[in-house]
Amino acid sequence: MHKLLTGQPGLKTLLLGNEAIARGGLEAGVAVATTYPGTPSSEISLNFFQISQESELYFEYSTNEKVALEVAAAAANSGVRSMCVMKHVGMNVAADALLTLAYVGVRGGLVIVTADDPFMFSSQNEQDNRYYSKLSGLPMLEPSSAQEAKDMMVDAFDLSEQLQLPVIFRTTTRINHSTEIVSLGDLREPKTNGDFKKDPFNYVTVPAVSRNLHAKLLEKLDKAEKISENSEYNIIYGEGDWGIICNGVSCNYVFDAVKDLDIENSVRILRIGFSHPLPRVLIQDFLKTCQKVLIVEEGEPFMEETVKAFAQEKGLTLSIKGKDDDLFSRLYEYNPALVRECLAAYFGVDYTPRTGVDLSDIPEIPQRPPSLCAGCSHRATFYAVQKASKGMETICPTDIGCYTLGFMPPLSTGDFLICMGSSVGTSCGFSKVTNKKVISFIGDSTFFHTGIPGLINAVFNNHNFTLVILDNGITAMTGHQPHPGVDMKALNFEGYARVSIEDIVKAVGVKHVSIIRPYRVKKSIDTVKEALMYKGVSVIISREPCTSFAKTLKKPRGKPFFVGEKCKGHRDCINDLACPAFFIKKNRVNIDPVLCSGCSVCAQICPEHAILPLRDKAV
Amino acid sequence: MKPTRLILVAVGGQGNLLSSRVIGESALLADVPVRMSEIHGMAQRGGVVESSIVFGDAQSTIISDGEADVLVGFEPSETLRALNKCNPSTVVISNLAPMSPFTVTIGSGVYPDLNNLQSLIRAKAANLIAFNAEVLARQAGNILSVNMVLLGALIQTGKIPLTEKTVKKVIKTKTKKAFVESNLKAFELGFSMAEKISLNILGRV
Ligand code: SF4
Ligand code: SF4
Repeated sequence: MHKLLTGQPGLKTLLLGNEAIARGGLEAGVAVATTYPGTPSSEISLNFFQISQESELYFEYSTNEKVALEVAAAAANSGVRSMCVMKHVGMNVAADALLTLAYVGVRGGLVIVTADDPFMFSSQNEQDNRYYSKLSGLPMLEPSSAQEAKDMMVDAFDLSEQLQLPVIFRTTTRINHSTEIVSLGDLREPKTNGDFKKDPFNYVTVPAVSRNLHAKLLEKLDKAEKISENSEYNIIYGEGDWGIICNGVSCNYVFDAVKDLDIENSVRILRIGFSHPLPRVLIQDFLKTCQKVLIVEEGEPFMEETVKAFAQEKGLTLSIKGKDDDLFSRLYEYNPALVRECLAAYFGVDYTPRTGVDLSDIPEIPQRPPSLCAGCSHRATFYAVQKASKGMETICPTDIGCYTLGFMPPLSTGDFLICMGSSVGTSCGFSKVTNKKVISFIGDSTFFHTGIPGLINAVFNNHNFTLVILDNGITAMTGHQPHPGVDMKALNFEGYARVSIEDIVKAVGVKHVSIIRPYRVKKSIDTVKEALMYKGVSVIISREPCTSFAKTLKKPRGKPFFVGEKCKGHRDCINDLACPAFFIKKNRVNIDPVLCSGCSVCAQICPEHAILPLRDKAV
Repeated sequence: MKPTRLILVAVGGQGNLLSSRVIGESALLADVPVRMSEIHGMAQRGGVVESSIVFGDAQSTIISDGEADVLVGFEPSETLRALNKCNPSTVVISNLAPMSPFTVTIGSGVYPDLNNLQSLIRAKAANLIAFNAEVLARQAGNILSVNMVLLGALIQTGKIPLTEKTVKKVIKTKTKKAFVESNLKAFELGFSMAEKISLNILGRV
């Protein structure tokens, strides 16, 4: 059985933040969990997916975050405890549902997990989703550790039912991906069956209804503020005239810094864990007793703005600072030394930063950027498109997935990217106003997520571009999650249907649809050429399983290749294809047989036919 | 307990997440406070994976520049890259088997000279324990046990508050059955290699 199901109450165990969040859901008796995968939230859903195979929990990978939230919203409004998990940018997709769901509210508990990613370890932006709580008028909780994340999740469900509102549970990468010793609590039997009682004048958000519901939301928010005032997550530590207000991971850096600077007797720390609505009276009373206050929060000045407004209400004129040229930045994530330095600077504490080592004479170290796996089918597709479009002036909008990495040389395919699905929509705009050939790229999972409406738009408005759908049969980048196009039967999962990308593309009216098998290089180039000539919307579906996923499934793979005697050292293979299995030894091209997946693409492009399968090697 | 800060850097696929797991489980077993943080977004695409592990009384899970007490590098150029985490009293342990990044293959970078790399680290850190962990892993019967070799060397230094006995127990109970034997062997080989090197440094051999 799954370790999150077997762990007995009281057990101390090592858990990843995301595992702790999932366990918290189980301890709260969550019965429905939905998601679209995205780092740094992915392990929460991965655990739920596994757990759902052996328990009452209903879990689904939804097509996108909006759908995920709608599924969870309906379940919660049928009285069933539900959880919806996404990365921060997923919230943008779900926002349409979120903002009116706030009016409607919930009956059973609904917790929405948003995993923010300061520093953008694996994201396209570092937006601060705390503002969604303000925008929607929903209560928000923010844990500071894995243990707290677990405990807080249980309270989040109670709070949601108490207020009849969804609760936003906001984490950052350093919570999701920290591992700590967590002590487990009781599991709660989930209530999986609900009932929906018709009540259209509270559920159908026509203007007349919504006018009432908005007023109700504000009443609930007042109630929420009162709870926030007395919440055990908003607590004051220590004694002193200097005040610090902090949230999330920053609290840990603050506690460590106060100890390191030896100012424990001068500082009072207000830790905010229930961060929307902020506890007005608690904060105003705190400000009254402080000489000056520093606000330590990663991201935007979310608390700072409100705290300053609270001070103004009471006519308090003490210094309150946070984001400042000399203190904290709105950029990236914080770290212990940075927080220590800012504390010392703001409160005027003597402090000599620890000196590291002198790095001035360190030679330049070659970069090690992530790259498409050896034998990745995307590389073969990019190669075919590059060859087929040779001589054309192109614009290549790309999308979010492993294939985004294709923008790096030498494949250099990827010119524009803003969000999930943007490849298709932006292709419409580029092709309309430029005279260049627009060739765009989208992965299978991303196509289902938000690519389809763009394609319908392209057909309806008669745009002119070629869309390449990279169909490798899995959501690869986030760790190989299923999507509607995946053959779940083949993966031994029961109870799923399968949606054909080809059928969708044809059904929305694309007239020129072709399918390539990218490992067949010449044939692919010819097919792509033809599609590029078409005036209007043409779609190429490039179909080949993700090599890395095939490896984890222990599928038999092709024999590795090697570079034979005939190699004349043109290095076309390296310069055009850049498969990471290649390496140079004694000025000759070699293939690492462990990395090589045997895709044979390099063998097909070598002008000397010098690359051969290892079985042919005379031993 | 005063905090001890440990950084592990590796190339995706080198198994450093397993070694941090073993370290974490060992700390749990020995009742040593421990907190860890990992960045493993694009690890499986051959990028760099960094784990930070903080033992003792601290709440932070990450380690600022210049503040690591120990650095373990699974790959020599990555050890060098992570030198920004070190200070003059940091103990550095490094595998010496290079994994040349692809940027070198395509000619947009030069792999650092291994001798130069070692003398640079030696000049800056308190101590460098460097050896080819791949050779020892192979000797242990599993090329993928580089992580256990380095773990053995780390424990030998006595720089982190975990004993050989505890860690071995965790390897026995928490790593995959089929690999327990080679993992233990790899751990021991790393341990005695670090011992040999430190005796050498002290001039006793
Ligand atoms: S995980 Fe799959 S899709 Fe991603 S780079 Fe590797 S082979 Fe390509
Ligand atoms: S056959 Fe060639 S291109 Fe394919 S994985 Fe092996 S080395 Fe790379």
